[in-house]
This record gives sequence, C-alpha cells and structure tokens, in this order.
Amino acid sequence: MRGLLALLALLLSVPVLAQTALPPAPYADRQIDDPALEKKARTLMETIRCLTCQSQSIADSNASMAADLRSQIRERIMAGEQPEHIRAWLIERYGDWVSYEPTAEPILWPLWAAPLLFLGLGMMLLRGRIKRRRLP
Amino acid sequence: MRSWLIWLPLALFLAFFGLFASGLLHPDDRIIPSKLVGKPLPAFALPAAASDRPPLASTQLATGGPRLLNIFASWCVPCAAEAPQLMVLKQAGIEIDGIAIRDARPDVDAFLKRYGNPYARIGLDARSEVQIAMGSSGVPESFIIDSKGRIAYQHVGDIRVEDVPMILDRLRNAQ
Repeated sequence: MRGLLALLALLLSVPVLAQTALPPAPYADRQIDDPALEKKARTLMETIRCLTCQSQSIADSNASMAADLRSQIRERIMAGEQPEHIRAWLIERYGDWVSYEPTAEPILWPLWAAPLLFLGLGMMLLRGRIKRRRLP
Repeated sequence: MRSWLIWLPLALFLAFFGLFASGLLHPDDRIIPSKLVGKPLPAFALPAAASDRPPLASTQLATGGPRLLNIFASWCVPCAAEAPQLMVLKQAGIEIDGIAIRDARPDVDAFLKRYGNPYARIGLDARSEVQIAMGSSGVPESFIIDSKGRIAYQHVGDIRVEDVPMILDRLRNAQ
C-alpha cells in the first residue's frame, strides 16, 4: 500500500527543476493599466512562441523565460514601441520560428495559395457534376 | 478515369506511411539556434552576480578574444553537470565569463562554492533580458566570442566531456 502511494505521488509530481526562486518580473502576470495598450501587448504575446515549452505561446506558458518575455513586451509597449517592431526584433534573434504569425516568405507561398487551389479544384468538380446531370 | 483512381488510396497510404516513418526515424531536434551567430554581441552592462567576481559588460568582451561566454544559473541542474568541463577549459588557459540567469547572489555564491568557479567575471541577468537579446533559449548555453567581439559559435546545452576538444578547437579558430 505504501509502495503504491509512493508510486502515485511520483506519478503526480510535477518537475520543478527548471524553475527559479526569484519572483516573477513586474509585468509578467500583471496587466498594463491602459486597456488599449494591454490589448496590443496581449495580441502580440499570443503569437510569440515560448522558447522553453515549444508548443505554447508565451501568453499561455508558465515557464520563467516566457514570464520574463511577457514582462519585457508589456514594458516596451508601455514605452511606446509598436508590436510589429518587437516581433521583428525577436525574429532577428530567434528566426521566424519564434512567431506564430505566418510571413510572406517564399517557403509559405504554397500555404497562401492553398485556399485558391482548393476553391479551383472544387469548382472543377462541381462543373463536372453539373454537366453530367444536364446531359440525359 | 476509374482505372487509375483505384490506386489512389494505396498511393496515399504509402505517402503517409513514408511521412510517418521518416518522422519516426529522424525526429525533429528541438534546438533553436541564435540568429546572432556571426554578428556582434549585443551591448549590455550587468551587475555582479557573485560576491567575489567583478560584474560583466559587453565592452569587456569586445576585444582581446577569443573568449567563452557561459550562460548558467544556480537553479539549473545541467549547469552543475557542466561545471567540471568548464574547469578543464579554464585550466587550458581559456578566459571564461559567465552570465547568471534569474539568479540571486547568495545562490550563485553557494553554487560556485559547491561546483567550482571557472569564471573571470559574472554578470547577473535577473530578468533574462541579455539572454533574450542574444537569442539564447535556455540554460546552459555557451557562446564563443571572437577577437572582434562577434559571436563565433553557440553551444546549446551543457558542454559534455566529449565536447571539450571541439570547443577548444573552435576557440583556437575564432580569432
């Protein structure tokens, strides 16, 4: 029984190794007082990828590095910096990888073209069906 | 029309099978390299992170290289595993500077007392600002700074025993 309990405790435990004792940065979990600026910051944070937990945005992540980046973004927005400027600054350091916003790079052209391609395909299929029905 | 359409499911199956097989055999690595490799080190001036080591500013790294800049933290387990290798590099005559991420001075002091202190200077980056400015995505990471103050190489993760000759080689080549 005790062994089972210990096993259960082990299974339920959360790794704490990569966390720090330091309190979070001032604006990591605190909104900007001006709702318009907070909205700007929030929209940007939702499209910036967390570096330590790679499938989350920094807005969703509890990692200490994501918290630091959230605070940095809020402070820079309060200082009057534009969100797209901050995004560009981050891409300069981490590459397109860091941004969830698709860019206009040639590698993404197929992605942008896909809706048109599928629409065209659908039209062709539809035309085929309509024609066949009219014939008899 | 119908005759080739019958092969479509099989073709799709094979295509997806190949895709999944290649994904299984060559999983993505999760390393995000800094785009600043080959570019100058961003400017910074950090306060001292340890009681017995001077603070660190980017201007001190701009000349007289190549040097090793090690990003670490007292709360980071792989950093402790990396410490003996940093000592070996120090004994080989390499000047190593450190940046402690999200740390506090007593913690850094205790860490250095326990695992050895290979650093000439240590800056305290309490809010990961310099780390983010350098395009680094975790601890530990090591950057080789060449004699002109440019980032010549980024090593993501701890320096293992088998990495030491490669690091020494790169330091020698980063004039």
